[in-house]
Amino acid sequence: MKRFVGFVRKEFYHIFRDKRSLFILFGMPIAQILLFGFAITNEINNVDIAILDQANDVASKEIINKIAASKHFSIVDIIQQESSIESIFKKGKVKAVLQFENNFGNNLIKEKQANVQVLTDATDPNMASTISNYISSILKKYQQELNENISIDYQIIPQSRMVYNAELKSVYMFVPGVMTVILMLVSAMMTSISITREKEQGTMEILLVSPLKPFQVIIGKVFPYIFLSVINAVVIVLLSIFVFNVPVNGSLFLLGIESVLFIITSLALGILISTISATQQTAMMISLMGLMLPTILLSGFIFPISSMPLPLQVISNIIPAKWFIIIVKGIMLKGIGIGFVLKETLILLLMTLLFIGVSVKKYKIRLE
Amino acid sequence: MMKDNNVIQVENLSKLFGDFAAVNQISFQVKAGEIFGFLGANGAGKTTAMKMLIGISSPTSGKATVAGFDVYKETESIKKNIGYMSQKFALYDDLTVKENITFFGGIYGLSKKQIEHKRRELVEELGLQEVTNSLVASLPLGWKQKLAFSVSLLHEPKIVFLDEPTGGVDPITRRQFWEMIYKAAHNGTTIFVTTHYMDEAEYCDRVSIMVDGKIEALDTPKKLKEHYKTDTMNDVFLKLARG
Amino acid sequence: MGITISNISKSYGEITALSDISFDVKPGELFGLIGPDGAGKTTLFRILTTLLIADNGQATVAGYDVLNDYKSIRNSVGYMPGRFSLYQDLTVEENLNFFATIFGTSIEENYDLVKDIYVQIEPFKNRRAGKLSGGMKQKLALSCALIHKPKVLFLDEPTTGVDPVSRKEFWEMLKRLQKKGITILVSTPYMDEAALCDRIALIQDGNILEIDTPNAIVSHFPKPLYNISTNNMYSLIESLTNYEHTYSIFPFGEFVHYTDKRDPIDKASLKTYLESQGLTDIKIEKTQPTIEDTFMELAK
Repeated sequence: MKRFVGFVRKEFYHIFRDKRSLFILFGMPIAQILLFGFAITNEINNVDIAILDQANDVASKEIINKIAASKHFSIVDIIQQESSIESIFKKGKVKAVLQFENNFGNNLIKEKQANVQVLTDATDPNMASTISNYISSILKKYQQELNENISIDYQIIPQSRMVYNAELKSVYMFVPGVMTVILMLVSAMMTSISITREKEQGTMEILLVSPLKPFQVIIGKVFPYIFLSVINAVVIVLLSIFVFNVPVNGSLFLLGIESVLFIITSLALGILISTISATQQTAMMISLMGLMLPTILLSGFIFPISSMPLPLQVISNIIPAKWFIIIVKGIMLKGIGIGFVLKETLILLLMTLLFIGVSVKKYKIRLE
Repeated sequence: MMKDNNVIQVENLSKLFGDFAAVNQISFQVKAGEIFGFLGANGAGKTTAMKMLIGISSPTSGKATVAGFDVYKETESIKKNIGYMSQKFALYDDLTVKENITFFGGIYGLSKKQIEHKRRELVEELGLQEVTNSLVASLPLGWKQKLAFSVSLLHEPKIVFLDEPTGGVDPITRRQFWEMIYKAAHNGTTIFVTTHYMDEAEYCDRVSIMVDGKIEALDTPKKLKEHYKTDTMNDVFLKLARG
Repeated sequence: MGITISNISKSYGEITALSDISFDVKPGELFGLIGPDGAGKTTLFRILTTLLIADNGQATVAGYDVLNDYKSIRNSVGYMPGRFSLYQDLTVEENLNFFATIFGTSIEENYDLVKDIYVQIEPFKNRRAGKLSGGMKQKLALSCALIHKPKVLFLDEPTTGVDPVSRKEFWEMLKRLQKKGITILVSTPYMDEAALCDRIALIQDGNILEIDTPNAIVSHFPKPLYNISTNNMYSLIESLTNYEHTYSIFPFGEFVHYTDKRDPIDKASLKTYLESQGLTDIKIEKTQPTIEDTFMELAK
């Protein structure tokens, strides 16, 4: 145990004395999350929209006034029939159309619930989902004001419909994605680099010719990164909650456990990479090309898997990040429990065991 | 023009890093065709001094000319007139013998014809006919070093700077290497060898020994050994360095 | 408890690194493996320290088989690989501490063994290893290899890249360690260091040329050896190379080491020949062969 502690202490010295690894560890996650966050949740101002008011009553007028008063939107057209929606979109005149159903006000008072349809041009998916969120929040506010005075709950149900891009990803998708990329980067790349560095420096020779057992070396190497990656995961979640108001609807505990599982998957991959590369440079190249690119491109983080060509869809199944993104998305955004991500969790677990098995098998107790 | 046939002329040359004098007012001359050993322990300042002479580091004070060119203003001319070879970097391992020769000939501005001519000459002299198209990485260390030295002479420089050229080489190859150096010196090339291997020092016409930024001794190996009453340059060095 | 090596061979693909090497190192001996770069020294060290598996042959270290008892060997040897393998970003003290911990000991426990060496670098104990001079790195690496009180010490080219002063101090340290009963196998490309070992093996191209005490090896030199010096080294070498009676010539510093085909040598005619080549200040004196002379004679 003393040996292990001594080993881990040494690893922390390495990490904290190398400005580059410190930056990758802590600068990158924050920079990435802010970058993605702000690039995607851009404030919208004076977005042109059209209104199709089939109700034409007090309630709908009040809502239209609120929208007109908001700095985010400017109403450029009032259309009369549903059939002109398509043409107005095609002309590119507006980014969204707000459609009040017949008898909106009556429904609201009598049925205590009424429907508004928000149609957005989702060729720019980020913009579309932002618009729909903004409109939803205006509707929500109006609804709250109504309810303040009267004891009965009125409900306005906004039905968002994205046109042209049915596969729209939620704006919140960037959080699970960035988290996945960062955990993968930190865990796999940093471990593989730190192990190959020992090979390059020649210190691995001394470690081998010492009573340390291979698993002690490996666990000693990955332990600091488990610790640091967990911190990273926490930072990312906190940033997304407090800076970008991304909800965490599910259990934080479950999210934590799943993250640790994914961290271990990545670490196992890192060890695997280090067993096949002799230099830090090779380890870095393999991590970047072999792990980072597939993680970004094939995991569903940026491009929806269902719109990929079939061969890529098949390949995406062997990318651990795909399963982790599904899990995180489920827990954070949908608020589902372990029961619904059991399959994904098991797949990750199996992958991890496989990677660990292979790396233990490939890890050399000698130099060749 | 060069005075007194000195190809290297150094007067009170210093290099300061902050308060620390890496090179502290050194003065010496090297004659044309001389094999000059520039010795010192790790950190004695010999690398810093050599960098100034080959024009990649500017002195803090003092005067120096190399091949008649000023080390402050005419560094480009210096670079054209010197060759350089070090044990750490000499040739590209992943290029063939032929490609290395062509490349280095090219960067010194030799014409295609000249390169072709030099290459034939060099390959024949070193007996490399069989391996001209082999990667340098596949050659034995001794061959690499002999080839590297020949390559540093391609553009017929006035002075060649050798940085620890024969460390670790087997004794026979080392002698062949020194025979090449003698030949180059015989043909008028000045050889400037920096090293902390004292057996390399024994081969030089004259050696200077640097200790803590200063030149503490400068003479022929024979006279130095007589003066310090020792049998080897190694012992001369030990006496000097231990104060 | 020393080292036994019998018929060890090792190849990397087509290249033979070691071919059928056999020798023993006695307990408590300071044994030198002398040969140039690429002779196979490091490969042999790695086989003995259980880092590589030989293609053929057996070897034991401190009584343990290098293949089957590799764990026991790893507990009882100290190893200093070439190019001092230290953690450059750790301080002197942290390096030593780390190596002590992984061997399950502490600096205090074995301080008496490393004291002599460590006191010399102790003033710099808070300096990062990467900022040390070659000599200090070497001392730190030796301290690290010794901190767990090994029975056998393997030092692979410990003096390469180190200045003469540090080299001399280093050998003095080895002599002191030997007195403490540690068996030491050291490799070096420097022939002049060979004389400091109890016994040496000369190695080249994976073959052992000779194994004996330094004195015995020198006494095996087959011919009388002469120092020749003249006013011009280059012409001297040229002239002797073309001389019909020359058996061998090698430049040796300010001299040429010369052996003659004739026995005894005819100094007068040699001198006349050299004069006829336009050389002056001719001196021809008998000299003692060195290990380097023997090495070259054997390697020819």
